[in-house]
Amino acid sequence: MTTEVKKDIAAVEPAQSWFLPVLLTWVAPGAGYFLLKSPERGAAMATMSIVMFIVGLLMRGAFFEAQTGDLLTTVIYCGGWIANLANGSLYFLAKAFGYNSPDVAGHVVDYGTKFLVGSGLINILAMVDVFEIATRKKS
Amino acid sequence: MPKMALSHFEMAILFSLLTSVALGITGKTGRQEQIRYAAYCFGSFVLALFGLGWLMYFGHR
Repeated sequence: MTTEVKKDIAAVEPAQSWFLPVLLTWVAPGAGYFLLKSPERGAAMATMSIVMFIVGLLMRGAFFEAQTGDLLTTVIYCGGWIANLANGSLYFLAKAFGYNSPDVAGHVVDYGTKFLVGSGLINILAMVDVFEIATRKKS
Repeated sequence: MPKMALSHFEMAILFSLLTSVALGITGKTGRQEQIRYAAYCFGSFVLALFGLGWLMYFGHR
């Protein structure tokens, strides 16, 4: 009886607006989950994204700048730039504090660049996850 | 700012670990399933790492 009532309430409960949680997740990785009352998920996703970003900075990874040219150049540079931007405040803070590492040859710097992109991609994954939770496509 | 310098293998493992945990959290619901999926992703990353590593080794001989 109680379970049935709970199920009915969940069924009629309207989906939350997804805009604010998704925006918050972009600005501060993991923050949108806290708004949706999933603090454990939020803390874990924030940790993964922030650790990857900091490791990328410590390896002196380079940020991509949007560049166009042939198809491969456009895809790599614009895609990398979008992934960097997806880090939200982490990216803007790093830029504000004057972080500007040149893209030099070497495996450590190269991995650092990939870590900075990976961190942004993890944040995009978190934004999609937050969107699905807010629109009740996922619990 | 200190500089971090790890080997190829250490960096690839660190990347795999962080990515696998994120994929586990977002890919599944329920703690057990998330842990299992993260472990599966990490195992796949490591397998691909060794597989591609050996492929490149033999490709360069």
